[in-house]
Amino acid sequence: MKTSAQKREFSLNVNGVPRNIRAYPAERLLDVLRYLGLTGTKEGCGEGECGACSVLVDGRLVVSCLMPVAQAEGAKLLTIEGVTGNQRFRSLQETFAEGGGAQCGICTPGMILAGGHLLERNPAPTIEEIREALSGNLCRCTGYLQIFEAVAEAARRCAGT
Amino acid sequence: MRSNPAEFEWAAPATLEEAVKVLAGDPDAWLPIAGGTDLMVQFAAGTLERRRFLNIWNLGELRRIDGFPGELQVGAGSTYTDLRENDIITREFPLLGRTASWTGGIANQNRGTLGGNVANASPAADSLPALMVYGADLILTSTRGDRRVRYEDFHTGYKRMNLAPDELIRTICLPRRFSGYISYARKIGTRKAQAIAKVCIAAVGRLAKDSTQLMLEDVRIAVGSVAPVPLRLRNAEQLLNRRPLDEARVELACKAAAAEIQPISDLRSTAKYRAQIVNNLVREFLDTLAARERER
Amino acid sequence: MMSHSLKSNLGEKIVGKPTPRKEGPGKVTGEARYIDDLSFPDMLYGATVRSQIARGMLKKITFRPDVPWSEFVVVSVPDIPGKNYIALIENDQPCLAEKVVNHPEEPILLLAHPDRYMLPNAVAAVSIEYEPLPALFSIEESERKSEIIWGQDNVFKSYQIEKGDVDAIWAKADYIVEGEYSTGAQEQLYIETQGVIATYDCEQGVTVWGSMQCPYYVHKALMVVCDLPEDKVRVVQTETGGAFGGKEEYPSMIAAHAALLARKSGRPVKIVYDRAEDMAATTKRHPSRTRHRTALTKDGKILGGEIEFVIDGGAYQTLSPVVLSRGTIHAGGPYHWPAVRIIAKALATNAPPHGAFRGFGAPQSLFAMERHMDRIARTVKVSPAEIRRRNFLKPGQTTITEQTISEPIDLEKLLDRALVLSDYESKKSRFRQQGKNGKRKGGLGIAAFLHGAGFTGSGERYLSSVVGIEGQPNGGVRVLVSSTEFGQGTNTVLCQIAAEALGLEYGDVAIAQPDTAQVPNSGPTVASRTAMVVGKLLESAALGLKQTLIRAGMLGEPYAAEEFRCACRAYMERYGELRSLARYEQPDGIHWDDQKYRGAAYAAFAWAVYVAEVSVDLTAYSVSVDDFVALQEVGRVINPVLARGQVLGGVAQGIGFALYEKVEWRHGRMQNSQMTNYIVPTSADVPPIRVYFEEIANQHGAFGAKGIGELPMDGPAPAIVNAVEDALGIPFNSIPLMPEEICEALTAAAGPPSAGHSFSGVR
Repeated sequence: MKTSAQKREFSLNVNGVPRNIRAYPAERLLDVLRYLGLTGTKEGCGEGECGACSVLVDGRLVVSCLMPVAQAEGAKLLTIEGVTGNQRFRSLQETFAEGGGAQCGICTPGMILAGGHLLERNPAPTIEEIREALSGNLCRCTGYLQIFEAVAEAARRCAGT
Repeated sequence: MRSNPAEFEWAAPATLEEAVKVLAGDPDAWLPIAGGTDLMVQFAAGTLERRRFLNIWNLGELRRIDGFPGELQVGAGSTYTDLRENDIITREFPLLGRTASWTGGIANQNRGTLGGNVANASPAADSLPALMVYGADLILTSTRGDRRVRYEDFHTGYKRMNLAPDELIRTICLPRRFSGYISYARKIGTRKAQAIAKVCIAAVGRLAKDSTQLMLEDVRIAVGSVAPVPLRLRNAEQLLNRRPLDEARVELACKAAAAEIQPISDLRSTAKYRAQIVNNLVREFLDTLAARERER
Repeated sequence: MMSHSLKSNLGEKIVGKPTPRKEGPGKVTGEARYIDDLSFPDMLYGATVRSQIARGMLKKITFRPDVPWSEFVVVSVPDIPGKNYIALIENDQPCLAEKVVNHPEEPILLLAHPDRYMLPNAVAAVSIEYEPLPALFSIEESERKSEIIWGQDNVFKSYQIEKGDVDAIWAKADYIVEGEYSTGAQEQLYIETQGVIATYDCEQGVTVWGSMQCPYYVHKALMVVCDLPEDKVRVVQTETGGAFGGKEEYPSMIAAHAALLARKSGRPVKIVYDRAEDMAATTKRHPSRTRHRTALTKDGKILGGEIEFVIDGGAYQTLSPVVLSRGTIHAGGPYHWPAVRIIAKALATNAPPHGAFRGFGAPQSLFAMERHMDRIARTVKVSPAEIRRRNFLKPGQTTITEQTISEPIDLEKLLDRALVLSDYESKKSRFRQQGKNGKRKGGLGIAAFLHGAGFTGSGERYLSSVVGIEGQPNGGVRVLVSSTEFGQGTNTVLCQIAAEALGLEYGDVAIAQPDTAQVPNSGPTVASRTAMVVGKLLESAALGLKQTLIRAGMLGEPYAAEEFRCACRAYMERYGELRSLARYEQPDGIHWDDQKYRGAAYAAFAWAVYVAEVSVDLTAYSVSVDDFVALQEVGRVINPVLARGQVLGGVAQGIGFALYEKVEWRHGRMQNSQMTNYIVPTSADVPPIRVYFEEIANQHGAFGAKGIGELPMDGPAPAIVNAVEDALGIPFNSIPLMPEEICEALTAAAGPPSAGHSFSGVR
């Protein structure tokens, strides 16, 4: 069946800033964010397996490769470029950079968003809880342990201990 | 990205009523999309045949969980996260919460929906055996009205189901009669997280004292990934119910289960392995029942 | 090889410290720009039409008429201005298939269009008719030579190593132990797929930006395909999201494709593979088969043996000779072989060419060696630890290539420490007491191994790498190398070395983006050579820079960092440029005979003993790695956080290699080319990995460093499979070891179908 769609104007709220963009409704949020220059959101697999394209949609962790942009209209989107105003995320950025949590860096934005999503709900997670929370984010470089340590250390810093 | 988004139409009805109207307009053309965790994978792979998305994500009517005295009504658009966070589900339908926690990572649990899991009709779907043992009903809706069907009869063959082209799944209804049951679920995947099941099982049952001995009661076992559809092991159950739990019974039940399943070899596993695993999991379930009884 | 104690080096201020990753801030903020993050004005997107069959003649190409072909740029063989091959060793791999295809996914045609969404349909609309030819899909089929698909005999390369009188040992043997071991293909699965952007201009020639390990490999390949002189080809590495060997040779192919499209269209062209294309079309670890036949005394000392090592190279030779070489030289493990004959072959099959992947042949042959040691231990009836202890190489003895071990490595002590760290004995007795019942069975496995750092034999001499360093207007310095960062820490470690050598702060040292127009050829970023070989060259380039300032009378020793910065600024103001280069020279006393494959194979070896603790779930037949001790001697650890990260990541990949990562082949094509079906470890699958270092300074490495990147890939698989055998008493000799095989073995042993766990009933 041959059908076609017109590009439409979508009003998105990205990192607290209203953005209007013309896009096909079925275009992946991932691609639209990247057209906006927000290239910190990465494509690793395009099938929701690796988590490199993770963003927060209304505070919930979502893989942007599986979200049509039309479904993001009206939602509050947060990408790695917009996290610096939040202390949890800032701490995660510091501890990932200091402790070996980032190697090649391609999974790092997604990992930090998943880590922040966890700390938001559970400010003092155990290593087992960190493992579960990050199990949708694949990393091929680190063997994960320095990532767990970075999340645990960020949690400690946020708690001020 | 192997699809051209320019070829995909998008309809975004504001209500469920509108949605079924759009669907009724050209039932074979539309592809209802909720969390997209399955359809968008096919979209990226370029394998979708239909080119019209009907957005039902976040429709208020579909995304609510209501506890009534006799049953729990779960809106088909409830996400796995919604299931995991619901108190009634945690308390009374623990298998549903647990299987929801196995479905993909957190990000996919925030988007994948129970109704989507049912409509996608994968024999490997993690939550479907749980729906089966809980004796769920589905409410299907269309412009012609609602109808209620037993979930167990819903999937009729590989990716085939008792859903008319103009119907949407509206509600999953769970009878609230399983408190006090011992429950068991397990997923055997290729790794500990984020894996598609090679075999999954959900089961409930009770042990009751019948004058002199402990008898099995209302044992319900369902398995996934070992037949074209999620499968209730009716024959095995029959051999167990109102019988004492001993090794001979277990043996009989496992034999019956082996005859009920139709496992295949595919990319993910072998038929032989799947059959052996079903045997082992049925045993492990019965062992769990026995162990709980011993704890009392 | 002289060694000196580390103690003399410990006055270092920056080397040995956990300085933060140089490019870390960009990576954690999302500002780092990878190739797909870049976009040029007027850019087109490129795609590749690939072979659908494994082997055959190309008969006819037709373009389905419902595609607006006039909007597309189409490149085929006649559009290649230079030669139609990807320059590497034998130059046998075409850039685009011309008359025949030799593997599934072989590139045939290239397309480009301004709208990337238009490409998948167009690729599918090119239909290719073939006349199929019989194809070969395994080592065994290639050996049988029912078809000759490469050269005279399907053999890409063979080596034979002879040490001592092997034929004389069998008569003296108390035991002869034989075994066959095999390993499967493994996908690198870097999370950033392969990608490049090419521009072409009559004046400037071709420029390629991309994700890669070896800019000068790409440079060389582009000169050939585009028929351009050296100065008309420029290659720039962009931030690279993982490589693991997978971006050693393949980037030359995708770069050549983008360059051809750019040349024909006159516009910039980006090609970025999606995951499915990347997995199906690009290289993987070579599948292998190793046969051991070993003669032993009654107390288990190796008298000698024969080792046959065969790898499946896929359809073109590409890097197979070198992978084979490393695998061959590592085939005897860290043991003393008074006599050994190794026969090694790389064979052709009709799969996409297999290529570089961390360890480069060594993980394959070491898996066999370390499984075989456990088999020997069982035959001789001594413990796995003891059999290794009795056969370890000692200083003064020679390796299988007759390289004398001259550093004071004490493998027995390394083993002892690993056993203590892993609590080996007490865990072992606990597992013994577990007995027959229970739903899980525990086991422990050891692997002892070595890994040679740098290119093999005379390789470094041929490379003749050059490293540079230059002053900066602010008084700091900048490192000039083509060595690339792809996560492993090149930027950080080299900046640490330069800072230490010059007495500067870490922050005073920057590193140039690898750009063939800007940096000298410091060799490919492979073979665990960067910290050791490139680092050592950088150390001497830095000393040269310092000498220049001293000779100019602008600096005197000792000096403070600020004095250096002042001197540097003053020199730059007066002379405009401050730059120092150093070129590799073979150290004295290192001799290698390429003909006999004898001599000093590597300037340094790293040594390791790993201990895996596993439990096997008897309900699911799955193996879980519960604890892992990784103890290694790697020379000077330049950065402890990064070094630990290398080991952790390598062990995780090794766990995947052993237990999860199975490429499902069908007629030479990967069937599971999706992350959903090709299973790598997630955060839930890695055990606590405990990493320990010993440091014996290596005089050939910067500040005593040896190589570290590949080593941790070698040991996990044999340690894990040894542990599974310890748990179950069943030997498995092929990886990946899947639950299906354990199920098969256990149910065959126990009889159907009540195996698994027994029902304990209600008491």
